Amino acid sequence: MEGIAIRLRDLRKSFGETTAVAGVDLEIRDGEFFSMLGPSGSGKTTVLRMIAGFESPTGGTIELAGQDVTGLAPFERDVHTVFQDYALFPHMTVEQNVAYGLKVRGVPKSERLARARQALAEVRLEGYGARRPAQLSGGQRQRVALARALVGRPRLLLLDEPLGALDLKLREQMQVELKALQREVGITFVFVTHDQEEALTMSDRIAVFDQGRIQQVGTPAEVYERPATPFVASFVGTSNLLAGEAAERIVGTTGTYSIRPEKIRVLKDSEGAGEPDHESAAGTVAEVVYLGDSTRFLVDLDAGGRLTALQQNLETSAEDVAAYRGSRVRLRWHRRHTVHVPDPR
Amino acid sequence: MSLLNRTAGALYRRPRLRLSLLLTAPLLWLAVLYLGSLSVLFVSAFWTTDSFTSEVVKVWSTDNFHELFTVPVYRQVVLRSIGVALAVTVLCAVIAFPLAFYTARVARPKWRPLLVVAILTPLWASYLVKVYAWRLILSQGGLADWMLKPFGLSGPGFGLPAAVLTLTYLWLPYMVLPIHTALEQLPANLLDASADLGARAGRTFRSVVLPMVLPSVAAGSIFTFSLSLGDYITVQIVGGKTQLIGNLVYSNIELNLPMAAALGTVPVVVIVVYLLAMRRTGALSSL
Repeated sequence: MEGIAIRLRDLRKSFGETTAVAGVDLEIRDGEFFSMLGPSGSGKTTVLRMIAGFESPTGGTIELAGQDVTGLAPFERDVHTVFQDYALFPHMTVEQNVAYGLKVRGVPKSERLARARQALAEVRLEGYGARRPAQLSGGQRQRVALARALVGRPRLLLLDEPLGALDLKLREQMQVELKALQREVGITFVFVTHDQEEALTMSDRIAVFDQGRIQQVGTPAEVYERPATPFVASFVGTSNLLAGEAAERIVGTTGTYSIRPEKIRVLKDSEGAGEPDHESAAGTVAEVVYLGDSTRFLVDLDAGGRLTALQQNLETSAEDVAAYRGSRVRLRWHRRHTVHVPDPR
Repeated sequence: MSLLNRTAGALYRRPRLRLSLLLTAPLLWLAVLYLGSLSVLFVSAFWTTDSFTSEVVKVWSTDNFHELFTVPVYRQVVLRSIGVALAVTVLCAVIAFPLAFYTARVARPKWRPLLVVAILTPLWASYLVKVYAWRLILSQGGLADWMLKPFGLSGPGFGLPAAVLTLTYLWLPYMVLPIHTALEQLPANLLDASADLGARAGRTFRSVVLPMVLPSVAAGSIFTFSLSLGDYITVQIVGGKTQLIGNLVYSNIELNLPMAAALGTVPVVVIVVYLLAMRRTGALSSL
């Protein structure tokens, strides 16, 4: 099939008694920036390791570019990996690390040195070739790992939480750079992360994993705006669910509904009810969390349950919002932001 | 209790006092007994003996060292001793590597500690018992002969090869342990990364495993080399007529103590040179 980089069919993996991956079907397209998002232990890293060939599946098949590679060794697959802890060879220089894959494949010395230098330039590490990994900072090691994986121009790059060990500023910077790099080289990226914000900012599509299964596959907007299961609704973004009796009294029908906190407005209890096409609920502010640019209100609803509302601090100060604690409010949001979340089968 | 507290508090506030209390005894031991006897050894190497009474004559002279370098027998024995130590070291490394690879990476994790204990078990037995066991194995009509007979061969008998064989057996655990530790600590991710970049097992072994474990092989070789160089009992029991430095020291100790001292400084110097060479490989930091 054309245009399909990876096809997983009913992929399974058990370690003794525990099931890590319980039947995953997935297609990843050529040139896509694809994220596998989920909490730790959800099976996303195991799926990645099976694609790379480090683990052999208990069941199911893996196709890369239409070819069944299920039984092939890692060195027989046109796939390179960026490891979580980078896995740079400590006894080699940066340049030797980057050139290693080329050396293994018998690329002549002058060519592989030139390509290693170019790859280091791509990740903005010119002039670091002679250093040892131990002499680099975490962010620099990360770039070396990236250069080492990219220099052989694989069809597919696997990234196993590569930004997890970096501090926040550097992580945000690397997110932008990674995305730009991916667009530039045009290689399919499969990116494993537990950070929903990271997945939302970088990906073309996201697969949300839980308990060894894929809960939902879709674009960031689809996953965020139309969560397919309560798990996706709570894992991607802030959990804000209405269920049971509260749902019946506010929305009018039973079921589970998700409303994103930034869609909800916090109004004085006296105003705001009865606006057309809007839903509203009265309640008491249980907690106010001042976040600098915005404020998070935790409101216990009269109808039961609790909703979180996020408000920009356009004109309010920390003192203003603190005064809300314990007061009566009315929450209001447009009806189209009430998203029905199907219960899991 | 309060006295104890006060003492503890006083010690806490005086780090230097704490340190000197901690280190005085071991430092005295090191300085007086170890370095002291080494320097006595070195100084007495410059004395001579009355050839008639074998009394030590405390007159400064370099005759002993002159003899050491000019008499061919001495030179031969020194070179032979170094050769034996090197041969034992190489044999230990060659045998220990696959063994350690099995115990550290192939065997099931729950069996690994047990296997390490099994490798260390021979160290619990007396040195002499083990050497005499080898004497029995290697004796005429012994186990070695009996096992090699079907192939039309016979055992090595007593001599230099027997000494090398026995010493290799004796010091093997000292080589296996550091290699086992290094292999066990080798991050699995590096092996994955190597395979991921296209390397087969052989290439990964040559380019990743071996260079990373080499310092530990060198560390193990410090043990096997120095222990072999200083040994003289094994060669007496299974070595036939073979003489090593230790035997010369032993036979000179009654008749010509200064010559024995001069001979005794040779392994010390050789081992210092060996340690300096090994330091370059990074072995000392992986001990």
